[in-house]
Amino acid sequence: MRPLFSLEQPIGFSQLRSRLVDVLLLLLVSASAALAADLEVGPRARYTTIAAAIAAAQPGDRVVVQGGVYQESGLQINKAISLIGKNQPVIDGNMRGEILTITSSGVVVKGFVLKNVEVSYLKDHAAIRVIESRNVTLEDNTILNAFFGIYLQRSVDCTIRNNTVRGEGTTETGSGNAIHLWYCDSSRIEGNRVSGHRDGIYLEFVKESSVSRNLSENNLRYGLHFMFSDGNAYRHNVFRKNGAGVAVMYTRNIVMEHNTFEQNWGSAAYGLLLKEISRSVIAHNTFVRNTTGIYMEGSSRLDIRQNNFRENGWAVRLLSSCVQDTFQQNNFIGNTFDIATNGNSQQNYFAQNYWDKYQGYDLDKDRVGDIPYRPVSLYSMVVEKVPPSIMFMRSFIVDLMDAMEKVFPSFTPEKLLDEQPSMVRW
Amino acid sequence: MEKVIKYVLYDILRNRIVIGYTGFLLLMSLGLFQLENDPSKAVLSLLNVVLLVVPLISIIFATIHFYNSQEFMELLVAQPINRQKIFYSEYLGVALSLAAAFAIGVGVPVLLFGGSGPAGVYLISAGIFLTFIFVSLAFLASVLTRDKAKGIGLALLLWFYFSLLYDGLVMMVLFYFSEYPLENVSLGMLSLNPIDLGRVLVLLQIDVSALMGYTGALYKSLFSNFTGVLYAGLLMLAWVLLPLMLAKRIFIRKDL
Repeated sequence: MRPLFSLEQPIGFSQLRSRLVDVLLLLLVSASAALAADLEVGPRARYTTIAAAIAAAQPGDRVVVQGGVYQESGLQINKAISLIGKNQPVIDGNMRGEILTITSSGVVVKGFVLKNVEVSYLKDHAAIRVIESRNVTLEDNTILNAFFGIYLQRSVDCTIRNNTVRGEGTTETGSGNAIHLWYCDSSRIEGNRVSGHRDGIYLEFVKESSVSRNLSENNLRYGLHFMFSDGNAYRHNVFRKNGAGVAVMYTRNIVMEHNTFEQNWGSAAYGLLLKEISRSVIAHNTFVRNTTGIYMEGSSRLDIRQNNFRENGWAVRLLSSCVQDTFQQNNFIGNTFDIATNGNSQQNYFAQNYWDKYQGYDLDKDRVGDIPYRPVSLYSMVVEKVPPSIMFMRSFIVDLMDAMEKVFPSFTPEKLLDEQPSMVRW
Repeated sequence: MEKVIKYVLYDILRNRIVIGYTGFLLLMSLGLFQLENDPSKAVLSLLNVVLLVVPLISIIFATIHFYNSQEFMELLVAQPINRQKIFYSEYLGVALSLAAAFAIGVGVPVLLFGGSGPAGVYLISAGIFLTFIFVSLAFLASVLTRDKAKGIGLALLLWFYFSLLYDGLVMMVLFYFSEYPLENVSLGMLSLNPIDLGRVLVLLQIDVSALMGYTGALYKSLFSNFTGVLYAGLLMLAWVLLPLMLAKRIFIRKDL
């Protein structure tokens, strides 16, 4: 930098003014540097409690917490600061209410272990709660034994990334959701691992958000649960061994792609339960070893294509309240029942799917079967009407019944068929 | 008694049908394990055959054998051996030889290639139980009538009833009373048919996803613990002993 004042040369007014601007700029820069300070928290640092450091911090500051265990709860962040954990510091809530409540925009919370949040039947205590804020980032945190894990309400443009939320819930009422969003918008939930809670990821009235690369397993109720949440995208998630699989309801315009739904077993467990879902895309997903792969009720105009259904009890249970759904280029392999339905008139469209039970032929070698495939077997209709008759599975009489129905279809829905069954897997 | 069993076994071995049966089972099991890559799927296919073929062969062979050894039995009755011993020896001779055929034909391949898990063991025990049950049913059919054709007809009818008619009847009942909770009723009705019992026991071991629905879960919770298996085993044993006892009573009092 050139010298501000020179004794050798007389200076003109304009020059003086430009130097004054320089000085002011310099002052400003140094002032803001002083503002964006790092506040150290640790046993031998200036602050020994996180609460004290947060109280002392100015907007834009970083509160850096050293490794160790901090017995704190009820922390409030009401200014745009970053709370950074070095070497995984542990904040132990000691079962006293919430640990961290964020009421300001632009807050970052990163690298903490938060544990022990009280179970309450009156209030939804969360390890981290974000209230009416924008642009909040929660990253690389581990939340153990919490009632609710991460709870966002009326917030916009937030990011929840690479967190691990592991609960120890045993009953649905005594356990909250791992990641819970209520009235949120344009948020991202990415790369989180959630388990042992009531619902893994719960969204209610959440718009235009994306949920991707999450692993949700061993939750008591649903791996993913959303309602009234239009325009969201769910990609590359894995939902495994959840009490009742994944349930999504009353929503339009969603995209579900490349997700894996597996091993959701039980009397009321579904890989994916769709209730009143419309105008959505469900593509490239894998459904393996679920009691029911997709259960559809009152859903319309869904585009279900290029999914893999393997070794499910029922690959798809399509109730007669579903209309104008398209099933195209899916693989149905090793399922006990491919499609089950409870009604007769069917207004859904099946084409170009691969069915491993297809026994037709392809004379013209165009890889499309020459006779249509009827994915609904007589036995599946019987089971739909009388569930206990499932115990006759693989008995001689059932095989005989199905064979006869195949030759002379009379009970199975006439219009539910795949006119162009694929001879090869997609 | 051992001596009589020995002669019965010797007689059975001589007519080579049991050897053919063993060969057939062996060929089929090995073929299925060769065709299917997944051993549990092969066990599942094998189950279908076992539930159909084993009762049929057992009941037909035992009936024919009983009528064919009528003269041998008459000879033995003339000796100082009591009738009960003769009857049991005949029964054990036939049942043991058929069970051995099954153990070699299906048991050995399943144990070799059947993969881990208890499904294979359940399949083998179900097959052996079914052999004993249907031989004892065959003996019951044979002592009921002197006429060989009638006896074989009765045996065939019994097989038809257990493998087809019964399931159809139960399904009809379930259908008519579908408004009611029928889980426990269907459980009870299944227990009354040894073929169904064997099928359900094996299916529950092979994790078939469709069975994890409400009814399946009920069955699983019953049959997956020790008491459940014991209950099933005792039921099977009852199915062996009851027809056998009845047949023995008739045989002892009968004018040969």
